[in-house]
Amino acid sequence: MTGQPASGTPQNGSALLEVSDLVVYHGQLKAIDQVSFRVFPGEVYAFIGANGAGKSTLLRTIAGLHRPSTGSIRFDGRDVTRLRPERRATAGLGMVPEGRRLFPSLTLEENLLVGASYARRGEWGIERVYELFPWMRERRNQRTEQMSGGEQQSVAIGRALVANPRVLLLDELSLGLAPVVVQRIYAMLPEILATGLTAVIVEQDVSQALRVASHIHCLLEGRTTLQGTPAQVTAAQVEAAYFGLAQTPPGAGPAEQGSAQHGPAQDGSAT
Amino acid sequence: MDWVNAVIQGVLVGGLYALFACGLSLMFGVMKVVNLAHGDLAVIGGYLAVGVIAVTHVPVLLSFLVVVPLMAILGYVLQRTVIQAALNRSVLTTLIVTFGLSVVIENGLLQFVNANSHSLGTGNAIITDSFQIGSQIQIAYLDLLIFAVAVVVLLGLQYFLSRAKYGRLIRAVADDREAAQLSGVDYRHVFGIAAALAFSTAALAGIAYGMYSQFAPTTGTDTILLFAFAAVVIGGLGSLWGTLVGGVVLGVAQLVGSQINSSDGLLAGYIVFLAVLVVRPQGLVARRAQS
Amino acid sequence: MTATGTTVRSDIEGFRVTRSRRNVAWTGAGAVVVIAIFAYFPYIIDTGTRDIMVQGFIVLTLASMWNLLAGYAGLVSVGQQVFVGLGAYFVLALNIHNLSMFTALPIAAVGCGIAAVPLWWLVSRLRSGYFAIATWVLAATVELVIDRFPSLGSGTGMALPNTPTGNTTLLEADTYWIGLAVTVVALATVYLLLRGRVGLRLTAIRDDEVAARSCGVRVGSTRMLVFVVAGIGCGAAGALLAISQQSVQPGPAFSVQWTAEMAFAVVIGGLGTIEGPILGTAVFLILQQTLSSYNAWYLIVLGLVAIVVVLVARRGLWGLADDYLHVRLFPVGYWLWTPSALAARGRGRFGGGRRGRRSGGRRGGRHGQLRGGRSRGSKDTG
Repeated sequence: MTGQPASGTPQNGSALLEVSDLVVYHGQLKAIDQVSFRVFPGEVYAFIGANGAGKSTLLRTIAGLHRPSTGSIRFDGRDVTRLRPERRATAGLGMVPEGRRLFPSLTLEENLLVGASYARRGEWGIERVYELFPWMRERRNQRTEQMSGGEQQSVAIGRALVANPRVLLLDELSLGLAPVVVQRIYAMLPEILATGLTAVIVEQDVSQALRVASHIHCLLEGRTTLQGTPAQVTAAQVEAAYFGLAQTPPGAGPAEQGSAQHGPAQDGSAT
Repeated sequence: MDWVNAVIQGVLVGGLYALFACGLSLMFGVMKVVNLAHGDLAVIGGYLAVGVIAVTHVPVLLSFLVVVPLMAILGYVLQRTVIQAALNRSVLTTLIVTFGLSVVIENGLLQFVNANSHSLGTGNAIITDSFQIGSQIQIAYLDLLIFAVAVVVLLGLQYFLSRAKYGRLIRAVADDREAAQLSGVDYRHVFGIAAALAFSTAALAGIAYGMYSQFAPTTGTDTILLFAFAAVVIGGLGSLWGTLVGGVVLGVAQLVGSQINSSDGLLAGYIVFLAVLVVRPQGLVARRAQS
Repeated sequence: MTATGTTVRSDIEGFRVTRSRRNVAWTGAGAVVVIAIFAYFPYIIDTGTRDIMVQGFIVLTLASMWNLLAGYAGLVSVGQQVFVGLGAYFVLALNIHNLSMFTALPIAAVGCGIAAVPLWWLVSRLRSGYFAIATWVLAATVELVIDRFPSLGSGTGMALPNTPTGNTTLLEADTYWIGLAVTVVALATVYLLLRGRVGLRLTAIRDDEVAARSCGVRVGSTRMLVFVVAGIGCGAAGALLAISQQSVQPGPAFSVQWTAEMAFAVVIGGLGTIEGPILGTAVFLILQQTLSSYNAWYLIVLGLVAIVVVLVARRGLWGLADDYLHVRLFPVGYWLWTPSALAARGRGRFGGGRRGRRSGGRRGGRHGQLRGGRSRGSKDTG
């Protein structure tokens, strides 16, 4: 149920994903304001925050669908800041986009096949995804439009998995899904991680995030308001960071955990 | 008067129109590009065939072996360069660029070839012949051949789109470009493939037209483009078989129209086109975009 | 609303909004002088040049209409030749009934405006590519319909039966002056239209149709108005065509080449600017005259140049000039003056120089122009 990997991730190894001082604009709106973080192999790095805090924009920028105005993104040691999204995907940065975004005119299996078009070598393939989601086997030739939200989400995850990514970006998995379904999907996470993946998730549901994440990163209006492991932060701190309330400095994740680049930024003004 | 023959011939020429139309439908369905130069591409195909035949003396029926690959390459290159650049800017830019290409191609042909009409002929006496069913119905072999080619091409395209890897990618990119990118697909490359296909079918259609009738530099815009669009609109954008339906409806309308009044064939076709535009712009075969 | 060059509202925290950076009265005076000069031409130029100028008037009128449609209303029509043909044929029809071709021109123009209404109804629900093609089909259809009237010359066309006899030079001069008048009226109409409420509505629609609608902007009728005005303008150009040639043939009158000429002139000169069509028409004429002995070349070159320009310099040659020189002959936007810019201006120095940025830029500079131009926003990398 928890899906948390063992704490004590290696810090001497280099970060798999490293984002530094990222600034992203949406038209004239500053959606991401100086966000930095590092993700190490095997972690589940969770972004939380209210609507409009910039979480999805952040993930999309990492995937390459938005261009940052300043800042850098390093994946597996490479600077990918200017790399086209498809090149990042083939390099091992897979994404399950917000809203599933399945191909409506393609069948379930065809969706997976597209995901496998430029797949890297590895454990995941269509058969392996069918093992993870056995129900898919019978319905492989069905169009995904008529499937339930939870089923579609599974297909979307499968589509990203068949490419054998190293880092899986999961954007708002729980969006529009019943809590039971959400939990079932998150229950898959350990099995997925066990194959060597690292996950970066954006999650509306804070308690769900706290259950599965190894590291928490809270955003408010594009700025970092809290970073740390679930063990390090109190519920009050999370609440304060989420809503941008309290003045007391949130507990900074000590640097030895390796995932907090700076101390958290100052709180935004009271909403 | 010979209504039955008119209808039959209308149906058969509908195959030719469908051949004109499928490339147009493909480019719009996948890339949202309305290629105003589409008709001229068919005419280029015809002229290339003329050239190839003049140089190599291959029979007309085989000229496509050279012309089609050439046009496919041209399609890919033009798409990756000029058309993609226009797409990156705006819809207006795309329309102007394709319109510009049309003008340049036509006037280029006028300048470097000449303004006369050319016909490819059929090169084979049997094809120009026709056969009879009963005492009234007469069907030309050529018409039948062209219709058969059209059906084969459509079947081939259908198969490619539903089974082949790139066919699947074309459909995926047409559905959701960003999601495809996230799966590692370079959509510009996929667009190029779609354009190559569109140009190839256009060239094939041009050769067929050259056998069926004659073409001149302006035929692209006078005749072919409007027919192609009419077939697409009547049949429904994004549906391959819809273009066949559209082509047939257009063909029948034209030939029945010219039965009524020999000079009204074209007009009848356009009126049907306009009627469909007004009443049911999504076409007669309104389906989801599943080209 | 306001006279040119004066403030629109009184100071608010030291800011001012004006119609233009310089006193546009100069432009107005300049325009009058230019028109006067042009009006004097028939006395000094020869027949050949006069013909070229009349053709220039036709193309300029068409270009300013196409610019209105495509550049401001977002309606890319590849079928405006329908009005060129209709205008020409109206003149023919009226002339057959003994109306002087000069008198027939305004009537033909109005007739085209009326004809534009049902034509708009046929195509109004369509967008971009569909719309373009539909207009083209309309033109082809109307041509075919007209071809069926032997009284109008059928497929071969016909000469105007009741042209004035007598002094041909005077006739040519009259043709020229009518052409000049049509062009001036067309340009003035477009300018005033865009400067007023209609222009504001069009800008709003162009930026965000849904938002405009929710503000009460009647999108459909605004577009229809533009389409009808363009119909009148193109009809007048067609009438001018008939007058200048004193005959009408369906093929040339309804030819899609008119669209090619007007669209390319606009695109090269500058889409979405009023000065653009003028510049573009000039380029077009130069190209045509230089390459006239090379038959189809001028269209090839015109087409290629248009393609290159629209890909490289989005707002055409005038757009380039505008970006670097910040000149507007026909201002339809607004300038926002910050207090410091005003102070600099007051000192007699031209405030801000070229550092100010146009709309869409995030660098405000000391003054920036408020136009509903499409803001570039953040482009995705895809």
